[in-house]
Amino acid sequence: MKSVSWLRFGIAALAASLAVSARAEDAPQTCEVPAYLLTTESPLPKVAEAVKNGRTLDILVVGSRSSTIVSASDGNAYPARLQAALKDKLPSVTVNLSVELQPKKTAEEIAGNLVKLVEGKRPNLVIWQTGTVDAMRSIDPDEFRQAVNDGVATLQNAGADVILMNLQYSPRTETLISVPPYIDNMRVVAQQRDIPLFDRFAIMRQWNEQGDFDLFNPTHGIELAKQVHDCLGRALSKFIIDAAHLSPAQQN
Amino acid sequence: MTWCLMTSIADRLAGPSVPGATAAPAAEPAAAACPVAPASTAAPKISFPAVGERELRLDLFRGLALWLIFIDHLPPNILTWFTIRNYGFSDATEIFIFISGYTAAFVYGRAMQDAGFIVATARILRRVWQIYVAHVFLFTIFLAEISYVATSFENPLYTEEMGIMDFLKQPDVTIVQALILRFRPVNMDVLPLYIVLMLFLPLILWLMRWRPDLTLALSVVLYAVTWEFDLYLSAYPNGFWAFNPFAWQLLFVFGAWCALGGAKRMSRILNSPITLGICVAYLVAAFFVTLTWYIPQLGHLMPRRIEQWMYPIDKTDLDVLRFAHFLALAALTVHYLPKDWPLLKSRWLRPLIVCGQHSLEIFCLGVFLAFAGHFVLAEVSGGAMMHAMISLCGILAMWGVASLISWYKREADKGAARKGVRANADLAGGG
Repeated sequence: MKSVSWLRFGIAALAASLAVSARAEDAPQTCEVPAYLLTTESPLPKVAEAVKNGRTLDILVVGSRSSTIVSASDGNAYPARLQAALKDKLPSVTVNLSVELQPKKTAEEIAGNLVKLVEGKRPNLVIWQTGTVDAMRSIDPDEFRQAVNDGVATLQNAGADVILMNLQYSPRTETLISVPPYIDNMRVVAQQRDIPLFDRFAIMRQWNEQGDFDLFNPTHGIELAKQVHDCLGRALSKFIIDAAHLSPAQQN
Repeated sequence: MTWCLMTSIADRLAGPSVPGATAAPAAEPAAAACPVAPASTAAPKISFPAVGERELRLDLFRGLALWLIFIDHLPPNILTWFTIRNYGFSDATEIFIFISGYTAAFVYGRAMQDAGFIVATARILRRVWQIYVAHVFLFTIFLAEISYVATSFENPLYTEEMGIMDFLKQPDVTIVQALILRFRPVNMDVLPLYIVLMLFLPLILWLMRWRPDLTLALSVVLYAVTWEFDLYLSAYPNGFWAFNPFAWQLLFVFGAWCALGGAKRMSRILNSPITLGICVAYLVAAFFVTLTWYIPQLGHLMPRRIEQWMYPIDKTDLDVLRFAHFLALAALTVHYLPKDWPLLKSRWLRPLIVCGQHSLEIFCLGVFLAFAGHFVLAEVSGGAMMHAMISLCGILAMWGVASLISWYKREADKGAARKGVRANADLAGGG
């Protein structure tokens, strides 16, 4: 008798745990990012100043094709999601954001172009997403580092804060694109020039490992891309607010 | 710093066979290479220890390197934490290339002494051909895998990255470039390096027989020139060889130099407590630096000036920090792991040793298994458990195949022995 009741208890416990785990799977994806991936010691003084004095923040995103979603509207890509998230968190600040797409151009080609890109716009913050094209073309990592360094210097001289954004975590192309040298060199430049580096690669890998997103998925659909970009935009907004030390007072 | 490693290896290779060993008795007098060499004959510059007992430590560490290379080729998982690249600057590639240089010089150096330059060169070229064929075979498998990915994978998130598949639009060019070793997928860089190094082995050995120290010095000069003038081999469609042969030859030549008696001559420096102390200090420092990569919170403890001087630690050109790290590791390993370490004969280390004894086959198998592992992770599921399972199964497969080859070799050798033929090519890389 006793054994039967234990058995019954066991089944009930199993069923309960299954129900719990099923619920956990149903829950919306949170795409949490561990704090260490969103903290930086390098400040964003121009951003802090702009928010404090002018209450407007002009952001320019310079990037390659992974800064958009092909066949979706621009509103779904991470730059627009970043703008929305910032507006949400800093309701009293006007956030202007523009995107300069430079598809298929290496860091060196873009670095030479940056003066022209920032000239008219005078952004407070430039988010430079780079590395993918260089990795795909196996550009010499030393030359890549030099180019990124020159580009960042140009932007800083033009009076803008700079955030570097590295490559996407792309598990399907791992055997084809050697990513580590480019990630390492971007980290080096960020250290040398004391600017924040948004580690898109580590963050996306974290999501894949946590199970937030299955980035191996061969889906032809657009939903996954939209969700990932939304999460990237929100993570980036946290990163900027943290780096610029925007206090809760300014956030209101 | 590694010299002590080599010393004891040389000692081991030269020494009298261990009691109870079943190996064939030494065919030639081992005097020249013995620790207390009787000065009865004029000692030649290069000494070839007797063929007798296999140096199991070479096999052990080459086997270990093969396992680690396999694990490093898979996406990161639990087992990745056991690979040495997480604890210092150097990784399994250094071990593999060094031991390859050591064993190749040992086997073909002896061939050169016994049969002359031409015959030894011919044997080396035959070996190069084997490695080349293995490389092309792996490339074929790789091509099948990525062609599948290219046709079935259309995630809009990765439109940009999938552009890398564009080379498939020109299969003629791609295949020809692969055949001339200019087009290499990410995980297939070691074999082309090995091929180029082996191609130059006859020259290296010829120089070594004449002036070993001068040869090593030339190798160091080439390494320095590479850094100074940025020598490299270009790759297709663009870029460069991921392992620059002009730089990595240093490890290979150094291995050869150690095998041909260099290690022995450096033994006093190596066994000094000062050297060992420096090795330990360097390894600890390297460990701390690596720790800051994985625990970014520790990053602020690193002085910026040191960071700026040290980074990036270049793998392509075999950074001096990496080379030194390998030397320190090797020196300590050999000092604390004696040649007659009883565990070398135990069955617990057997899987590693047997893999190390057939390194070319097992290396290729490892590259294939890494491709297959990527594929399974992508197609079936990508959980942490699956990752660990794939790594484990891969290692078991490597062990199984190595055992099978060993068995076959034993049987074949029995037949050959009856005809009076003896082959020791497998010592030179598992041929």
